[in-house]
Amino acid sequence: MGKVKFISGDDAFAEGIRLARPQVVSAYPITPQTIVVERLSDMVEDQSLKSEFIHVESEHSALSCAIGASSVGARAFTATSSQGLLYMAEGLPYAAGGRFPIVMMNANRATALPWNIYGDQRDSVSQLDCGWIQVYVEDAQESLDMALMSYYIAEHPSVRVPVMVNLDGFVLTHTYEAVDIPEAKLADEFLPPYVSDNKMDLENPKNMAFSVGPADNQEFHLLHHKAMLRVADVVNEADTRFQSIFGRSHGGMVEGYRTEDAEYVLITVGSITGLAREVVDELRSQGVRAGVLKLRFLRPFPSQQIAEALVNSIEQGSAEVGSVVQAVGTLEKDISFGYEGTIYTNVNSALIKEDVHVPSYNFIGGLGGRDISKEDIRKCFSHMIGKEKDKIVWIGLGVEDDVR
Amino acid sequence: MSIKPTLREYKKPEKLSDYPEATCFEAGHLVTKNAGWRNVRPVINDEKCVGCYQCYMYCPDGVIFKKNDKVDIDYDFCKGCGICAKTCKLKAITMTEEER
Repeated sequence: MGKVKFISGDDAFAEGIRLARPQVVSAYPITPQTIVVERLSDMVEDQSLKSEFIHVESEHSALSCAIGASSVGARAFTATSSQGLLYMAEGLPYAAGGRFPIVMMNANRATALPWNIYGDQRDSVSQLDCGWIQVYVEDAQESLDMALMSYYIAEHPSVRVPVMVNLDGFVLTHTYEAVDIPEAKLADEFLPPYVSDNKMDLENPKNMAFSVGPADNQEFHLLHHKAMLRVADVVNEADTRFQSIFGRSHGGMVEGYRTEDAEYVLITVGSITGLAREVVDELRSQGVRAGVLKLRFLRPFPSQQIAEALVNSIEQGSAEVGSVVQAVGTLEKDISFGYEGTIYTNVNSALIKEDVHVPSYNFIGGLGGRDISKEDIRKCFSHMIGKEKDKIVWIGLGVEDDVR
Repeated sequence: MSIKPTLREYKKPEKLSDYPEATCFEAGHLVTKNAGWRNVRPVINDEKCVGCYQCYMYCPDGVIFKKNDKVDIDYDFCKGCGICAKTCKLKAITMTEEER
């Protein structure tokens, strides 16, 4: 055990970064990520983190600096949120295609317009295709632990892909919890130094970001894609290693709660999972076989793991395969305008590919920081239980929906 | 001595694992000719050239290189923009129509 401190999710992430010892930190402050940048600058100032803290003039520059640093073999960190992430967007596929193992913390926040600084997940979900690994954490402890684990995953020789760790704005970034801060000695044992062939070397100069024409370009993307498909194994390896050193585990690509024999499974992402578990317990006490399946990663997308979690409940709940899961619901703080929630699109694709044929619902809520209540989650389950016709449902609306 | 990289013979990889993992490789490894749209070609008159290197300094693509106190042009990468000819005070560079 290290030292237990009462800190926010942002503070916890900064503590994790201090333990990961990046050589370069380049970040621009934006609500609700600001505390991370403030803490890291404190740590560099008091020399408890020996890192180059680069004062950049924008998020575009923040990521560009991290790319430059990572391309010559430095461990690099940046952090952002919402509009800042969108301003970084040009650099995101650049970092991923260059296979630069940068770690970024993103504080999930609404995107304008209407202008809003509160939490939803539309910022990071809009960047699913940029080639980064995307993790969504649930509490402050997982924030700290994933700061460390993300470097292990990103820099792993079979991966070499940058990682974006997402914390729900305010609900995680600004909520205080008791967090165990491991000893630096143990963190060093967990996370080996980053070793790269890419060095600034005048004797053997290298081109760090070359052009590739149509004749060979696609092959690089296939290599990148295959590296992403190897991430699930590395996540398990990182978690096992983490557990053996720190005695804590956060699981793999997904985490099921009472899904073993569940008839109604709600799929969640991020901090809302805790409340969903409480509702599941409530429903269980009333005899409803409910469960929650938390997606820890959205890229790579855990198709097989989702199917396995649902098939498990089919096999263990009944002798007759396919008879137990009655419905699946995807609860998300995102909308792809003119279609549906993007996580729901991904879940449905996974279910079809993996031959899991169950009614699938989409619950869209929490946009622009709207609170998702226990009652909202109860309604998600009753909608599934009632086998309602509407597949895509907006939850928590404050007024009557009378617009056609 | 010029350290300017020039076009190399390119051996197409046979399998996916032959490619480098990331977009990082030995610097100056040029494998794709990039001059296909050149309509006019700068030609240097060595009799008139005094080696002032103004064209070398101004070439936006860095394809003019020093050679025997004078200059030469790497036509694998020259786009034919004509800035070298414009900048040459001795009119030692003339733009001639590209033959196809």
